[in-house]
Formats: sequence, C-alpha cells, structure tokens
Amino acid sequence: MNLALKDINHNLGRFLLTCVGLSLLLCIVLAMVGIYRGLIVEALGLVRAAQAQVWVVEGGTRGPFAEASRLAGDTREAIAAQWGVAAAGSVAYQNVEALHRGQMKRLLVVGAEISRLGQAPALVEGRPILRSRYEAIADRGAGLAIGEKIKLGRDTFTVVGLTENLVGSGGDPVVFVTLRDAQRLQFAVEPAAARRDAARTPGAVASSDTVNAVLVRLLPHVDPKQFVQAVSRWKHLSALTHEEQETVLSRSVIERARRQIGLFTSLLLVVSTVIIGLIIYTMTLDKKKAIATLKLIGAPDSRIVGLIIQQALAMGVISYFVGLALIHSIYGYFPRRLVLEMPDAATLFGVVLLVCLLASALGVRVALKIDPATALAG
Amino acid sequence: MLNVIGCILEPNSGQLTLNGEKVYDGRWLRQDLRRLRLEKIGFIFQSHNLLPFLNAWENVAIAHILAGSSTAKAKSRAAELLTYLQVERRMNAMPSQLSGGEAQRVAIARALANDPRIILADEPTAALDSQRAGIVIDMLRKVAAEHQAAVIVVTHDQKIYDRFDRIFSLRDGALETEASKAA
Repeated sequence: MNLALKDINHNLGRFLLTCVGLSLLLCIVLAMVGIYRGLIVEALGLVRAAQAQVWVVEGGTRGPFAEASRLAGDTREAIAAQWGVAAAGSVAYQNVEALHRGQMKRLLVVGAEISRLGQAPALVEGRPILRSRYEAIADRGAGLAIGEKIKLGRDTFTVVGLTENLVGSGGDPVVFVTLRDAQRLQFAVEPAAARRDAARTPGAVASSDTVNAVLVRLLPHVDPKQFVQAVSRWKHLSALTHEEQETVLSRSVIERARRQIGLFTSLLLVVSTVIIGLIIYTMTLDKKKAIATLKLIGAPDSRIVGLIIQQALAMGVISYFVGLALIHSIYGYFPRRLVLEMPDAATLFGVVLLVCLLASALGVRVALKIDPATALAG
Repeated sequence: MLNVIGCILEPNSGQLTLNGEKVYDGRWLRQDLRRLRLEKIGFIFQSHNLLPFLNAWENVAIAHILAGSSTAKAKSRAAELLTYLQVERRMNAMPSQLSGGEAQRVAIARALANDPRIILADEPTAALDSQRAGIVIDMLRKVAAEHQAAVIVVTHDQKIYDRFDRIFSLRDGALETEASKAA
C-alpha cells in the first residue's frame, strides 16, 4: 500500500493544480534551454552552410561575424593560387532593413560568387542564382515567396529560391545575392553623396571591390591548421579553421546570451525548488496528526520519509512530463528557433529529481520532528 | 500515563513491565520501541485518528502491513475485524463518510490488527453520545475477553465506570484510589 499515492489521491485537486503551475515553470526552463540551443544552431548554421575549411579574414581580426573584416576583392585570386587549395570564394555580409508588404524586415544579406564557395546551401524550393544581378535566394523565415520582389538598398531583387532555417547570429533571416550586388549594397553611395565626394577629392575613385572574407576548401591531404599558419604569414591576412570560427561564434558572439539564459534558467530552477519545498512543507503540516498516529502505531521513520519524498518526486515527475509535452506542442510558435535536444531534456529530468529531493528536505525534517505523543493529545 | 505505558515517554522513576517483559528500568531495555508498540500495543484515540487518506479497510490494514504482512493478507485481516465489529458494510468508506460510532469501531479494529496484548484507549467515548459510548465500551470488553488482551481506558466519563473490572483514580499525576469489582 503506497501511502504517498493514497494521500495524493485524497488531495488530488490541490496536487494537480500545483503540478500545473510547476509544469509551466519547467516548460519555461525547457524553453530557455531550447532558446540557448537554438541560438547556437542559428549562429553556426551560416558557418556550416558555407562548407569552408578555412576562413581568410582581415589581418588581426576574428571576422567576419565576431569583428568587422574587410579584404581587397582580389584576395580570392591570391588565396586560390596557394598550394593545397581546392576551391575558394569571396563573401560579403551585411544586415539590412527592407520594407516588405508594409512591414520593415531585418535581413542578413550574404553576397557570394556564382558557382563558388559561400553560395546558398541546399534549397527547399526554387533554383540557384543564375543571373549575375538582381536575383536573390531567401530563407523561409523572411516570409518571401518565389517570384516575389524585394527592394534591398537601391536595387530590387527577385526571389528565385528558398532555404530553410538559415539565419544570422542575431536571428535575422538570410538572403543570398551575388557578390557584385552585395558589394553595391554595402559600398555604393547615393548619387548625391557620390557627387559630393567627387567634388571634395577630384580624380579619386572609390573602390567597392571589397569582401568580408574568403572561404577556402582544401585538397584532401592538406591540414587546415598548416594552411592557416601559412596564410597568417601574410601580415594583412588572418585565417581561422572552420572549428575556430565555430568556437568564436559560440564562445564570443553568443556568450552573453548564453550566460543570461543560464542565469535565468538557474533562477527558474530555484523558484521551482522553493515552490515544491513550500507545497511539500504545507502538505506535511496538514498531515501532522496522521504522521503522529502512524509513528504511534509503529510506522518506521523510513516509511514517513518515503511518504514525503515520493510525493515530492511524483510532483516533479508529473510536472516535468506535462511541461515537456507543453513545450513540444508550442515550440513552433516562438519567434526564434527552439532546439529541444534529448540530452538536455534528460539532464533537466535529473535536475528536477534532485530539486525534488532537495525541496522535500524541509518536509522530511518537520515529519521526523513530529512527536508520536501528539496523536494522544486529542 | 498512556505515553509511558505506550513507550513514548520515559518514566521519571520506577520500572515498566509490559506483558511480563521488563522494558524500562532506569533506561529503555529494548532498542526498538517502535516494534514493541507495533506488536504488543494497540492504540484507540479520543477522536479515532483514522488516517484521512485511507478508507476504512486500509486504515485497519496499515497496522498489519507495518508489521510485515502483504496487502492481500492485511486486507483479509481487516475484513475479518471489521466484520467482527459489525462495520463490514463501510469497508470502502473514507473516514469523513463514517459516523462517530463507525469511525471509533474502525479505530478499534485497527488497534486489534496485530493481536496486541495491551490496548490503550484515550477517552474513546469522548466524541460519542451515551448510547454509542456504552456500545463501544461493551465492544472493548468483548475484545478483551475474546483476544485475551488487557484494555486500559483513560476516561473522565463517570457513566461508564461501572463497566470496568479495575478502576484507578489519578489526581495531579498521583494514584489516589484503586477499586475493583471483585472487591
């Protein structure tokens, strides 16, 4: 006969209500963990989509995501000519705001050379960019459809293909255009400003042939680290391996967000512990006379402790699974991507069990202190 | 006094012998007083003290389960005792659904679950009217006779004094008089 279950059944309404409240808290904890994982996946998505082994950037920087990086447009040719390079491609990144269907959208525009590294990865709809100007591939998150037109800067682009789940580290959906279009978007100035510049420095020609990074894929036998060392001998260039670029993104770019989410998650777990602790404590106080009677008729302390711990664990387990079901049913509605991974869910389950044990300590202490003589007190 | 006989409180002085076994002589002579209570003493309380989250048969069975019986065996024992005390129809009722008399009979059944040699009753009729109080006391006498158990009742209810074999009067913690029917 399980006394914990019998008592839960006796106070079912209150117990379930507490479980609902607790499950909402655990749902938020799972959401926070999911948001954190989502941040990493989103931040690394663009790096992984580039399929480069080495990122060549401006000397002394860790660009192009963590820091600004500007390279001369012909850097790609110089890199491509190096020993061990299988393919190289120039890329340019720029955040823009564009008006679409009356709404201002923030987008990350990626400029890449046609048929070179850095182009849009597998498309879920449409075709790759074939024309050298005014064609774009957008992520579905941007809300654009095939054939739709969107104005970026001074030019209007036609969407010819769609990708999925490809956003920048800030969560902005990615739009791919040709490198030339991206350079014009990034560096070309308004006609009035161009006329003013020409008037101030007659004869000066501003070059817009600048890129943010050169992506490199190496021949199979070439070690990326050795290639990075070789490139770094050029004082005006720096290079990062794919792994280093991922580390820069996950450790530097989203570090504060990670810490913020971690702190918030910890606070939620503390709140959950306090709630479970208080509920178990009040449930124990309600049972003071019953516990005294049990002790008087000969129930061992282990039975009393078991009654309290089992109730706390039942509360935690039920709340956890309700919270898990809840987050799985609503995670698609979050504005940013939520990634719910099995190991995270399993870890949280372990943490919830620990929290329940910790929270039941107060109730256990009260129960053990109850004098069996109080049962005779009338 | 019930706290001392029930091995809950340590006596200030003297010895405590239960069913021929000396359990206190300046110190407790048994390590496991909980086990002693479980096996040798049955308790009946002023306000029945049934566990509110267990039904009638479970309240009786719990004492048997704590002594090491299986649930099936304990249920059978509970049914037997509840039938003996004529509350078998209320086996599945929760304590809140039982009348005062029924609840007290279930409490008596619980006290008898492990065939104790001593039954300690603390004002068992305090919450009952005089008719039901008489029924409960008669039942305790019957139980004492049929289970060869000593029933010690602490009461202020003078109407039931004549139903006991030996009456001890206590005033301010000291024994004042002792009377017996035989005397």
